[in-house]
Amino acid sequence: MKTKYYLFSLAIGALALGCKPGGKGGSGSTELAGDAAQKVYVAPGEHDEFYSIVSGGFNGQVSVIGLPSGRTLRNIPVFSQHPENGWGYSEETKPMLNTSHGFIPWDDSHHIALSTTNSEHDGRWAFVNGNNTPRIARISLSSFKTEEIIEIPNSGGNHSSPFITANTEYAVAGTRFSVPPDNNADVPISSFKENFKGYISFISIDKETGRMGIKFQLKTPGVSYDLARAGKGKSADWFFFSTYNTEQASTLMEVNASQKDKDFILAVNWKLAEKYLAEGKGKKEAAKYAHNVWDEDTHMATSTLLNEVMTLDPKDCPGMLYFIPCPKSPHGCDVDPTGNYIVGSGKLAAVIPVFSFDKMQKAISGKTFDGSFDGIPVLKYEAVLHGEVQKPGLGPLHTEFDGKGNAITSFFVSSELVRWNIEKLEVIDRVPTYYSVGHLSIPGGPTAKPHGKYVVAYNKITKDRYLPTGPELAHSAQLYDISGDKMKLLLDFPTTGEPHYAEAIPAKLIVDKVRKIYELEKNKHPHVAKSEKDTRIERKGNKVHVYMTTIRSHFAPDNLEGIKMGDEVYFHVTNLEQDWDVPHGFAVRGAQNAELLIMPGETQTYKWIPTKVGVTPFYCTDFCSALHQEMQGYIRVSPAGSNVPLKWGLGNTPEAAAEKAVAGK
Amino acid sequence: MKKLHFLWAVFLFALYSCGGGAKQRADSPETSEEKFEKQEVIYGTEVTEVELTNPLNASMVKEGHEIYEMKCMSCHKLDDTRIVGPGWAGVTKRRTAVWLTNMITNVDIMLEEDAEAQKMLEECLIRMPNQNVSLKESRSLIEFMRKNDGEI
Repeated sequence: MKTKYYLFSLAIGALALGCKPGGKGGSGSTELAGDAAQKVYVAPGEHDEFYSIVSGGFNGQVSVIGLPSGRTLRNIPVFSQHPENGWGYSEETKPMLNTSHGFIPWDDSHHIALSTTNSEHDGRWAFVNGNNTPRIARISLSSFKTEEIIEIPNSGGNHSSPFITANTEYAVAGTRFSVPPDNNADVPISSFKENFKGYISFISIDKETGRMGIKFQLKTPGVSYDLARAGKGKSADWFFFSTYNTEQASTLMEVNASQKDKDFILAVNWKLAEKYLAEGKGKKEAAKYAHNVWDEDTHMATSTLLNEVMTLDPKDCPGMLYFIPCPKSPHGCDVDPTGNYIVGSGKLAAVIPVFSFDKMQKAISGKTFDGSFDGIPVLKYEAVLHGEVQKPGLGPLHTEFDGKGNAITSFFVSSELVRWNIEKLEVIDRVPTYYSVGHLSIPGGPTAKPHGKYVVAYNKITKDRYLPTGPELAHSAQLYDISGDKMKLLLDFPTTGEPHYAEAIPAKLIVDKVRKIYELEKNKHPHVAKSEKDTRIERKGNKVHVYMTTIRSHFAPDNLEGIKMGDEVYFHVTNLEQDWDVPHGFAVRGAQNAELLIMPGETQTYKWIPTKVGVTPFYCTDFCSALHQEMQGYIRVSPAGSNVPLKWGLGNTPEAAAEKAVAGK
Repeated sequence: MKKLHFLWAVFLFALYSCGGGAKQRADSPETSEEKFEKQEVIYGTEVTEVELTNPLNASMVKEGHEIYEMKCMSCHKLDDTRIVGPGWAGVTKRRTAVWLTNMITNVDIMLEEDAEAQKMLEECLIRMPNQNVSLKESRSLIEFMRKNDGEI
């Protein structure tokens, strides 16, 4: 058997090196680690060391990927309907996708923020922002389920989000598109400078439950907020936001928003904002937004529409906001583990500017200003600057930290990762990516305690990295070993959707807390059937409620009659299984509502409006046992007004009894 | 196994036919046989002793009945008819309380190791599910089974 492993690893090595000549990162390439196969090999039955929680980008979802194997473990539905498990299709989950605009089946998710305590991962929640129709979602890292979604009013393009403060007090939402206030939005587009505001929302997060609420919105000047990071340690009271379009253009942005040599990083003293709020400086404004909450006891979501939001006008709050000039159209805005350095990645700049929090404090107290922008003081660039990394590469986007005093920055245009020393501002190492890296992720990379070991490049272009699959390709990601002096390529792996940022966290912070089943005893669904003796059909006018159960491998009841055309049928299906990994599926022919997948102990509801008279089969869609194929049933649909009585059963019909008698002989 | 060896041979051939790659080959990963063949989660630990007393404990019978309705009745009837699993009539005469307890609380171990349990699986073809029943609850279930078998 030992030999087998040896041969197997040789084979892996052979595959990883590849026979194809000339492929970048292929055979003969110097950036590929010689022991790559061994470093990413997770043997059968073994687990990955890290969870990587990866945004799905334009699919509106979040993926869970194991590192170092690069295996996708699950796709978690968040802002989009999900055919894999009925998210957004079942009656219980539909409210999660409700907004002030109504039900939205598909959004664009962007950035991940994992909850922290003292700026270190605590393994409780993942947050992700919906970009198109501005929202923030909270995902439980126990159930890996979206538990809450809050809409952000006065916002357009929720890009600068959902980054969080050191102790997860707040997640933020900085609007990418400045907009006129929702309650007075019918204004000429040309009145941008006068009427448009760059709203930044601070969403409070309950320490115990994680419950979110918009605590306040800052009405800042009309610019575009791009990305953000909270301070840490000594800078923990501050939040930093990168901006572009400080030109305040509203058309042909590609040109008009790139005129100035420098845009800004906005520094927000959020503790001071809280103080002003407590002093009554806030003003409530009308705004309509949805707040959707999932309840793990009742297995259902509720959506509430809220009507007002608290705003703070910087004009009433001196000392709360400062602009730091930053070359040019900065994208990433990342704070190092010590909290002292703020790295601006000017995506059109030839340098990486690094700002010092200590110097910023000094510049503020010494009033070392370079004028003001719409009433907000602009700090003098040189006074705040720690230094610039010269000629780092082209198109810097994002920076993460290895915990050894170094930063690694992604370069989209020159398609590489560059490691540099923060203190000395010197480039140490660079390695190509395939191709055009966007976000990058080091386990714990944005926290005060990076775990280092790896960096993953989440790329924007795939081209020839995998077997071709037509015009549409999976995105590509690359895993690099960063434990040595040189970054070494270990693995290519595809992702689902576009990986707009990811955070990786040691599995040991999560595995022991993972939910395996829903305990039947604790199921508080109003339509639960906790026993086959509770299964039944109830008619209320044209609404028919079926209380159904599943267990390997039958439905109770499985023969239903008395349904009529014009009825709305609600199947409330409780999965009576209490063992891990035994979901049952449910599907009715012709249902325009797809399917259900019901976890052990869970109740989910399937709405069906019959379209044809006759007998309709239904069945379990998830292979559950050797007799899965037999897990099926029939529903008889009669014409409207017919007098077929409601009738239901399982194995106890006169016909079944007769069959049994025959079989017994 | 024959097939597997054949595959390794193909991979090996691929490796050498590439040339140049061999010097960068990976070392054998350190994986023990035990881990390699580990297949599934095993629940709980084996029970070796269960104490039964008469008269029956009424509150345990009641609790057992409630658990039966929620977690067992989908597959087991109280008479001798088999639906998914065997009917419960006479079960306390056929099986010892220890066997029943292990079957209820450690079903995965029983299906791995116990010949009688394996025989049941061959007959029913559905693995008896782990229904997340605690030791205390399983004791109540046995009390209910005894009542069902006419004990007082």
